[in-house]
Amino acid sequence: MTTEQPTVAGRTQLEAETGRTVGDPVFKWLTLAMAVSVFVLIGLIGYELAHGSRLALSQFGWRFLLDSDWDPVNEHFGAVPFIFGTLVSSLIALVIAVPLSIATAVYLTELAPRGLKEVLTLFIELLAAVPSVILGLWGIFVMVPWLRLHLFPWLRAAFGVLPLFQGPIYGVSMLAGGIIIAIMILPIITSVSREILRSVPGLQREAAYALGATRWEVTRIAVLSYAKKGLFGAVILGLGRALGETMAVTMVIGNRPEIAKSLFAPGYTLASVVANEFTEATTDVYINALFEIGLVLLGVTVLVNVLAQILLKTFAGPSVRPQN
Amino acid sequence: MRPTNHRWRKFKNVLMQVITCVCALLVIAPLGLIFYHLLKSGLGSVNWAFFTELPKPVGESGGGMANAIVGTFELLALAACLGVPVGVLGGIYLAEYGSLHLNWWIRFGADVLNGVPSIIWGMVVWVLIVVPMKGFSAWAGGIVLGMMMIPLVMRTTEEVLLLVPNGYREAALALGIAQWRAVLQIVVRTALKGIVTGVLLALARVAGETAPLLFTAFGNQFWNRNLSDPIAAVPLQIFKYAVSPYEDWHRQAWAGALVLLLLIAVVNVSVRVLTRDRFAQRS
Repeated sequence: MTTEQPTVAGRTQLEAETGRTVGDPVFKWLTLAMAVSVFVLIGLIGYELAHGSRLALSQFGWRFLLDSDWDPVNEHFGAVPFIFGTLVSSLIALVIAVPLSIATAVYLTELAPRGLKEVLTLFIELLAAVPSVILGLWGIFVMVPWLRLHLFPWLRAAFGVLPLFQGPIYGVSMLAGGIIIAIMILPIITSVSREILRSVPGLQREAAYALGATRWEVTRIAVLSYAKKGLFGAVILGLGRALGETMAVTMVIGNRPEIAKSLFAPGYTLASVVANEFTEATTDVYINALFEIGLVLLGVTVLVNVLAQILLKTFAGPSVRPQN
Repeated sequence: MRPTNHRWRKFKNVLMQVITCVCALLVIAPLGLIFYHLLKSGLGSVNWAFFTELPKPVGESGGGMANAIVGTFELLALAACLGVPVGVLGGIYLAEYGSLHLNWWIRFGADVLNGVPSIIWGMVVWVLIVVPMKGFSAWAGGIVLGMMMIPLVMRTTEEVLLLVPNGYREAALALGIAQWRAVLQIVVRTALKGIVTGVLLALARVAGETAPLLFTAFGNQFWNRNLSDPIAAVPLQIFKYAVSPYEDWHRQAWAGALVLLLLIAVVNVSVRVLTRDRFAQRS
């Protein structure tokens, strides 16, 4: 019974020994290889985009980022209208989404009754799960007509003195794109902010309560000012998502590569030009130019995301992380 | 302190409560509106034909999305073949092995990867798979979705594994089991429900992705007989129909969106309800 001696796991001693000497290192290295695939993927994405855009990079160079003319027929490519559209639509989205989602996060963590909290959280998670293309579908057939008939005329009448709200109303517009992005980033900013607010130590609150503060005062003095940095991180994370949003924006922004003063005018974003024109790009230079657009988009989103992660991680350690 | 000041503070307290509550309602309002319009415009077109028939050419009414529904599940199966093993094993490394320093970087990398716009994934896989294979294919679509799943699955796996009490690991090792078996048979098995939850959520997330499929899976109006050919997917079909000028196609788009959203919502809600205690513990 020396070799047949069973161990607890139902295997022989010999097998357990091989498990330790062979199985352990093999398994460890296997899992390590899978874990570092993250870096492989990041490297791959960067390399492929840079490689894919080499023709455009050598032909246009930095001019690509400063040229505002996008003319595929004459093979003249400049990214400015798309950079402009991406930045403006994301900015509109942030202006709408940031106050709403931080207020919601405050309500969910500090002020709401318990039962309501759970229901609202579930709904917000569901909103985060709505695919971009479904939001775009709703945008085209419900939101844009409503904007054209109600909100935009009202805005023009009320704020028409500003150049932002002048000019003809088509419905599909930079503002519509911004609003749809806002809807998409609301849940992510809300849920990350919520985790940030929750990680504020209870002592902070108790100290403020002990001074006789009301609930709102506790929130303002003890919670919000403590969590400022983390909340900023949540907003930046939302910005990262906003910049890369593709389908819903493509469906409502109008897709016209021009730089207009009015928010009622159609625009175009980096992501949507790739989505729309990639399969139609016939010449090498055209495809390369689209890859360079992708490279610009990747550069910006990765920078923004790295900043967001650093803010979030230095705020509360690695436990706080974005929910998807 | 003057009494008026006190009253003002109390009033402000209530006011802020109301304002933030209104904000919360505004945040979930789009969800309600989307569901309402999907039901209103889509329910009428969700019928037997929708699930069993191929799309009809322009001009003929009726038809369905059978190929796209099957296609979406095929793509998800392919994606799971790539995303689940890599993600779960990577998550095991993060939770069970690894140094503090390296793990920080891997987590950081995974979170950054999560923020890469989906359209960029599509471009990368186009270069990697579509160009060498000289055509759009189901393989390419599955691989792009699988790649997107990796960081998602890795992070959730790590999180649930860390919830397994250390005593389990120590008890297993004390019995003389090799560590890799202790990890697989004790730790992973204990956390299996959580891992499956994470995988399901990741699948629900990539099931609705359209942008990365535009130039990988490409879409197809017919059945896909070969994984090296283009394949239809529900989100692609919704996009194509939504931007088309035909009334019939719009109706199909609404129906497809309703079915897709219900599927995703059911996965999300049931997973969250089933694992409520675990999530409550975590948060």
